[in-house]
Amino acid sequence: MVTHMKEARRMPGAEWLKNHPRWLERAYLFSKRIIMKAYPVMKRIHPRFANWLMVRSEEVLKGWVFNCQMCGQCILHSTGMTCPMNCPKNLRNGPCGGVRPNGHCEVIPEMPCVWVQAWERSRTMLIFADDIKVIQPPVNRTLQNESAWVTMIEGRDVQTPKGWGWDA
Amino acid sequence: MRDLTTPPRSRLERVLRSGRFAVTAELDAPDSADPNDVYQNALVLAEVCDAINATDGAGANCHMSSMGCCALLTRAGYEAVLQMGCRDRNRIAIQGDLLGAAAMGVRNVLCLTGDDVSAGDQPEAKRVFDLDSIQLLQVARMMRDRGVLLSGRKLRTPPQFFLGAVENPFAPPFDWRPLRLEKKVKAGAEFIQTQYCFDVPRLQQFMRRVRDLGLHERVYILVGVGPIRSYKAAEFMRDRVPGVWIPDAVMQRMAKTPKLQQAEEGKRICIEIIQQVREIEGVAGIHVMAYRQEEAVAEVIQRAGLLPRRPRSHGDRINQVIQTTRTDSVRCVLSS
Ligand code: SF4
Repeated sequence: MVTHMKEARRMPGAEWLKNHPRWLERAYLFSKRIIMKAYPVMKRIHPRFANWLMVRSEEVLKGWVFNCQMCGQCILHSTGMTCPMNCPKNLRNGPCGGVRPNGHCEVIPEMPCVWVQAWERSRTMLIFADDIKVIQPPVNRTLQNESAWVTMIEGRDVQTPKGWGWDA
Repeated sequence: MRDLTTPPRSRLERVLRSGRFAVTAELDAPDSADPNDVYQNALVLAEVCDAINATDGAGANCHMSSMGCCALLTRAGYEAVLQMGCRDRNRIAIQGDLLGAAAMGVRNVLCLTGDDVSAGDQPEAKRVFDLDSIQLLQVARMMRDRGVLLSGRKLRTPPQFFLGAVENPFAPPFDWRPLRLEKKVKAGAEFIQTQYCFDVPRLQQFMRRVRDLGLHERVYILVGVGPIRSYKAAEFMRDRVPGVWIPDAVMQRMAKTPKLQQAEEGKRICIEIIQQVREIEGVAGIHVMAYRQEEAVAEVIQRAGLLPRRPRSHGDRINQVIQTTRTDSVRCVLSS
C-alpha cells in the first residue's frame, strides 16, 4: 500500500542530508546570519518582492530537503532537523503512542516515524541536540504559508498566546 | 516533587496519595443513546475499581462521547476519568469541553493525542490535531492554576482537575519515552496511564529510566493491562490496534491453548502480569482495559487479589438512577 499524503513525499538526496544533521545545523546558523542582514535591506528596496522571494525560496529549498509544509514557525533545529509537520498528526512535542514496532508511522505504514528519525538525528547533533526536550507551544495557524525566515526576523514565530506561559 | 499541600482534587487522587495500589478500568462507550447502556457497564466496573475511564472514540471508531458518558457517570456518583483526545477537536472546542466537564463534576481528565482517523470506521473524516497532548496538558493546567483560557481571558471559576496523560513504553523510540514522560510531567501531568503491557521486561527497563529521572516521585504511574479473549483477538490487537505490542511468547502461549480455554488463559496471563507489575518500584496502580468484557475485567481484578476497593460505588444511588431513567425522570433523583 502506498499512501499519497503530502507528508510522505521525499526528494532524492534529501534523506542523506537529513541523516547528517551536523551539516544542516551549521547551514542553519549560517543562513540565519545572512538572512538577518540581507532581508531588512531587501525589504527597504522592495518589500513585496522581498517577501515573495523569501517565501518562494523557502518553498523550493526547504521543500526539497525537509518536505517543508510552510507552517511559518520553524523549529527544525529543535527536532533533529526533521520537519515535525511531516507527522500526519502534526505533533510538535514528540511521537504519539502508535509508532509501529518497526519504527514506522501509524498513519503511513511505509514511512518511518518522523519522531523516531528526529530523535536519532538529534543525538548526533552538536549544537542543538537537547533542544528536543523543550516544550513547543501550540502552532499559530495564521502563519501558515508565510516564510518562517521572515517571521523569525520579525519575532512573530515565537509569540505565544497570552494564556500559554506563566509569565505571559 | 509532588505538591501535597493542596487538597486532593478527586477521589482518584486521594486513593493514589494514600499509597494504596490503585485500579482504574475502561468503560466501553456504547453505540446507543440510552443511558442504561452506560450504567449497565458501569455497574460491573464500579465494584472493582477506583475510577472509570470513558473512552473518547477509541480506535477512532464513533461511540457515545466521553463527555456524555462522564456526565452520566458523575450524575450517578461514580468517579469518572474524562478522556480528551486531540483528533476531533480544535483548541476552542477542547477548552469549552473542559469547562463543561468540570461543571458536570468531572475531576479527572486524561489528555491524549488519540488514534488517527485512518484506524477507525470512518477513515474519510478530517483529522484535526490542532493541539498535541502535551500542549493540551499545559492548556488544562493553565486553566486550572491561572484561571485563564489560552487567549488570556479570565475564567470566573477555574476548573479543578486532576490531570493525567498517557505513555506507551512499548513503542519506539524506546530511549526517548522516559524523557517524553518528563516533558508531560513538566506540562502538568499528575498521573499516567500506559498502553497495554504484555512485555514486563520492557516495562522494567522503562521504569528504571523513569526512576533515574526521579519521575516516579512526581507522577503516579498506572500500567495498562487487560485479558485477551482469544488468539484471534490477540492477533487483531497486535496487527490492527495502533501502539499495542504483544511479544511472541504471549502469542505462542495463546496459540498453544485449545480454543475453548483461550479466554481463561488470557485472564491467567493478565493476572500474572498484574502480579509482576505490582513488584516494580514506582508503579502506583493498574489500568484495566478490555473491549466489551466487563465481567472478565472484574474477575481478573478479583483474582489478582486487589479487592475490596474503597470507596465503594454508590450502589443504591445508581440503582435508583437506573430505575428512574427507565421511567424518564432523572430530575427527581437530581433534585432529591
Ligand atoms: S517551517 Fe514548519 S513546516 Fe517548514 S520545515 Fe520548518 S517546521 Fe517544518
